[in-house]
Amino acid sequence: MDREIKILAIESSCDETAAAVVVNGRDVRSNIISTQIPLHTLYGGVVPEIASRKHVERINQVIEEALKEAGETLEQMDAIAVTYGPGLVGPLLVGVAEAKAIAFAKDLPLIGVHHIEGHISANYIENKELKPPFLCLVVSGGHTHLVRVTDYGKYEILGRTVDDAAGEAFDKVARAIGLGYPGGPKVEKAALEGDAYAIDLPKAKVGDSAYDFSFSGLKSAVLNYINGAQMKGEEINANDIAASFQRVVVEVLTEHAMLAVDEFGCNAFAIAGGVASNGALREAMKKACEKKGVPFYHPSPILCTDNAAMIGAAGYYEFVAGRRDGWDLNAVPNLRLGDR
Amino acid sequence: MKILAIDSSGLVASVAITEDDVLLGEYTIDYKKTHSQTLLPMLDELKRMLEMDMDSIDAIAVAAGPGSFTGLRIGSATAKGLGLALHKPLIAVPTVDGLAMNLWGCRTDICPLMDARRNQTYTGIYRFDEDCRLFVVEPQCAVDIMDIIAKINANNQEVTFLGDGVPVFRETIEREVKVPFVFAPAGINRQRASALALLGAQYYAEGRTVSAEDFRPDYLRLSQAERERLEKEKTC
Repeated sequence: MDREIKILAIESSCDETAAAVVVNGRDVRSNIISTQIPLHTLYGGVVPEIASRKHVERINQVIEEALKEAGETLEQMDAIAVTYGPGLVGPLLVGVAEAKAIAFAKDLPLIGVHHIEGHISANYIENKELKPPFLCLVVSGGHTHLVRVTDYGKYEILGRTVDDAAGEAFDKVARAIGLGYPGGPKVEKAALEGDAYAIDLPKAKVGDSAYDFSFSGLKSAVLNYINGAQMKGEEINANDIAASFQRVVVEVLTEHAMLAVDEFGCNAFAIAGGVASNGALREAMKKACEKKGVPFYHPSPILCTDNAAMIGAAGYYEFVAGRRDGWDLNAVPNLRLGDR
Repeated sequence: MKILAIDSSGLVASVAITEDDVLLGEYTIDYKKTHSQTLLPMLDELKRMLEMDMDSIDAIAVAAGPGSFTGLRIGSATAKGLGLALHKPLIAVPTVDGLAMNLWGCRTDICPLMDARRNQTYTGIYRFDEDCRLFVVEPQCAVDIMDIIAKINANNQEVTFLGDGVPVFRETIEREVKVPFVFAPAGINRQRASALALLGAQYYAEGRTVSAEDFRPDYLRLSQAERERLEKEKTC
């Protein structure tokens, strides 16, 4: 590429209002994230209507900050990229309407980006050598996917969760043992103090596909264990529960991932999504990949959480592939990976 | 002074561009497609037909609530995005006031009714004074249909109803309203961005603008989760 392609990216699919300026898909000039977590903590989880309202209040400021921090103006942008699914429809619509209006007013190309493609592409930002094809495990509060990235913008889903997402299970277990929302970091912290083999928890086998996941049974087993202990008047050890639960989740994810490495072979393995910042998962995946001689990649925590830099990275490869969206671009809450 | 007006507060999507006392163009549809799919393509069509440079707009008037939460947000985010990109201020026009402007010069009282579900309506009571300026008798509010009918009966003035709440509450109105009344006809009985622009121009002249950054719609209602939390706190 002879000249720099600058993209303003916007992300608002859940409870983070985010904007970023990304150059040539890998060079992040700014990455502003306004989180609503404290607001939703009051309700024990994300309330879509409250999230949508907050996005409207914050979005202009977040975009202005992203441009300012990058030292850029809209006039210098080559395109506007925005998450249009999957996610919560109300929050998604705010980002989509805002992005469309900006692109329209400035006569700039508009690119709708798949949220999960964004998470996967977060790996490009800090790992300049990472190029498709590679395998990627996407784990977050809303998603659990094992994906073959065959080329930029080309994905083949090997497996997905048939019920709860891994991060969702973390949230539910955190609530059950009184840790509160968001569950991921809290369970991870509690697990450090617990015995990972204290409680015997099941690993669910999913019928047809060796690569599909199920976390609902595991979550239920934790809840049953807590109920059982309470009935017997036994005191529960939250740290042991957290450690045992996390161990099983990490084992399931790692085993599925390595099965895919064995079957498909790969040049590299990457993880992405909010749960990808879990230290135990990283450690286990790193070890497992080392054993197979496969380079292992993961984004920094700030790029694992919902952010717009990753949308700018994914948007860039869509841009160079010539993809453009019209002014009728809509939010698609159930958008599937690889669909357009 | 050129004003772009946007209303997506209800079932109707409407976009208009006015310059002083001329309506340059207006595009209004009442169709099942989402505002997300219609609003910006409509504005694009207007822009092309009018061969308009978006920078020539002085301000963006937007239906600022109440209305469908989703509809309000699509309109709001569109207006905020345009304001940010064009460095233009926004004009927040109360949705129900905007609806009342449809009946400019009307000699009866005006009662816009929007369907707010659960037997509620977003409504208000308006009147045009001697100088044909909009006078607010009862500011916009979210109330039970019977509450606003009680006020209309107490005021004892002839009234004209309009809005997408009319088909929903028609039977109740015909049964309960004790003063003479009529229903406004098609063309002027739903949200129209040109009516919004009229009020917008007046606000703009009075200096009542808001920055694109600070603008937020007024939903007139808390979210369900907030309502339930407050209820719980009250009973505790």
